[in-house]
Amino acid sequence: MSDIMTAKDLNLWYDKTHALKNVNITIPEKSITAFIGPSGCGKSTFLKTLNRMNDLIPIVKITGEVCYNGQNIYDSSVDVNELRREIGMVFQKPNPFPMSIYDNIAYGPRTHGIKSKVKLDEIVEQSLRDAAIWDEVKDRLKKNALGMSGGQQQRLCIARALAVKPKILLMDEPTSALDPISTSRIEELAIELKKSYTIVIVTHNMQQAVRISDNTAFFLLGELIEYGETEKLFSQPTDKRTEDYITGRFG
Amino acid sequence: MKKNKIVERAVHGVFLILGLLTLGCVLLITVYLIISGIPAIKEIGLFDFLFGTRWASTAEEPSYGILPFILTSIYGTAGAIVIGVPIGFFSAVYLSKFAAPKIKGFMENAVSLLAGIPSVVYGLVGMLVLVPGIRTLFDIPDGASLAAAIIVLAIMILPSIIKVSMTALEAVPKEYEDASLALGATPVETCFRVSVPAAKSGIAAAVVLGVGRAIGEAMAVMMVSGNVPNMPSLFQSVRFLTTAVASEMSYSSGLQQQALFSIALVLFLFIMLINAVLNFFLKKENC
Repeated sequence: MSDIMTAKDLNLWYDKTHALKNVNITIPEKSITAFIGPSGCGKSTFLKTLNRMNDLIPIVKITGEVCYNGQNIYDSSVDVNELRREIGMVFQKPNPFPMSIYDNIAYGPRTHGIKSKVKLDEIVEQSLRDAAIWDEVKDRLKKNALGMSGGQQQRLCIARALAVKPKILLMDEPTSALDPISTSRIEELAIELKKSYTIVIVTHNMQQAVRISDNTAFFLLGELIEYGETEKLFSQPTDKRTEDYITGRFG
Repeated sequence: MKKNKIVERAVHGVFLILGLLTLGCVLLITVYLIISGIPAIKEIGLFDFLFGTRWASTAEEPSYGILPFILTSIYGTAGAIVIGVPIGFFSAVYLSKFAAPKIKGFMENAVSLLAGIPSVVYGLVGMLVLVPGIRTLFDIPDGASLAAAIIVLAIMILPSIIKVSMTALEAVPKEYEDASLALGATPVETCFRVSVPAAKSGIAAAVVLGVGRAIGEAMAVMMVSGNVPNMPSLFQSVRFLTTAVASEMSYSSGLQQQALFSIALVLFLFIMLINAVLNFFLKKENC
């Protein structure tokens, strides 16, 4: 497996708070990489540096590099919107737009200039199928998305992210607001999706990381403490702090 | 224990009375306007009153047609909306979504100040700057005209439109905007394709509020519109519903005075209609 993203000496400050300290990590293509760690450890912040969503917060300052396909995404020549199209994101709270299911999925493609009804129909169906929600919604595509259940909304958000054909899908605790059944659906979906996409997932749930991820990174106080194959990290952690965390001694 | 209950009840009672006082004022005005507005309409005839094109209250053979006033009020308000809404709306979009915090703070204060300027001052500035300006620019004998009134009204409704639209735009959940940006939409695309549609009923309410302000304004328009009961035309002196009442009330008597009350009643009905529309949009906002 080749590497799709690499962070080199990445540092991030919120105003004067040093939130990420010299993070170095390499994310392999078409796999699931999980970020774990206690609240406030910087895992979500780091996830957001990967598609530059932190740019939206004016007090954030970033040094170091994040390379995607060999290009530093913080280089001034990079088109942020194009970057975010290739590196999609699913948020903690399901956040469908207050419009129809169809329009939610078609939003991204339309933004990127696709106008043909036939083409949009095709994309909408394919995205919903890929997100394993087509059968549930195919008869109510014109209904408002806010009328769906939380779990359905989150799968809709995944479908919406897939509709712009990204290479990487960043998921920020995508199941923390969902019930166990919806959670397991999303987990199955993630495993299915890694055949075609690279997935990076932040999770509070260590079992989830074990169940679905190939590699796991453990963050603590803004530092990447340990990173490696999930199986190995959970069975034979090399760092004492990782061991303490995964055995539940803190966090 | 018991004493507490008595105090509690007494306080409730005081609040109730104060609330009823407000309600009483509204009722009193409504009833008074209806009672004093009806007789003249009866005497003149509803059709002749509303659709008569000639107002000559002090003539030998008086004529009480208020169509010029109604149309002037409608045209004036529509004109103010056409000019004021785009300016106000885009200002609100800029301030709520794009302006740097310092600029935003400064401009918000300026907008509040604009809202606080007494209408007579608007009228004064309009009279001294706008009216001569229009006279020279369009080379007409008198600059006091519907056009001048429209411009003054457009400026006067800006604060309501900007503030209410801003509140609506700022209430759009950030999650919507994040989702759009994460799909690769630019901030401008995000604003117009997600934020504005999500805030549309609030923005509609802002427009309706602007309509209400414009149609109810008297002092400023009286000072710049020339106050002649012509059928409305952009570069002619005109008279609005509000100014028709204000300008003749002090020396009116008999049927003329009753007719002024009838004009006020018509104006009142317009405002009621606008309020109903406003409530409709606000309710929609809350659902």
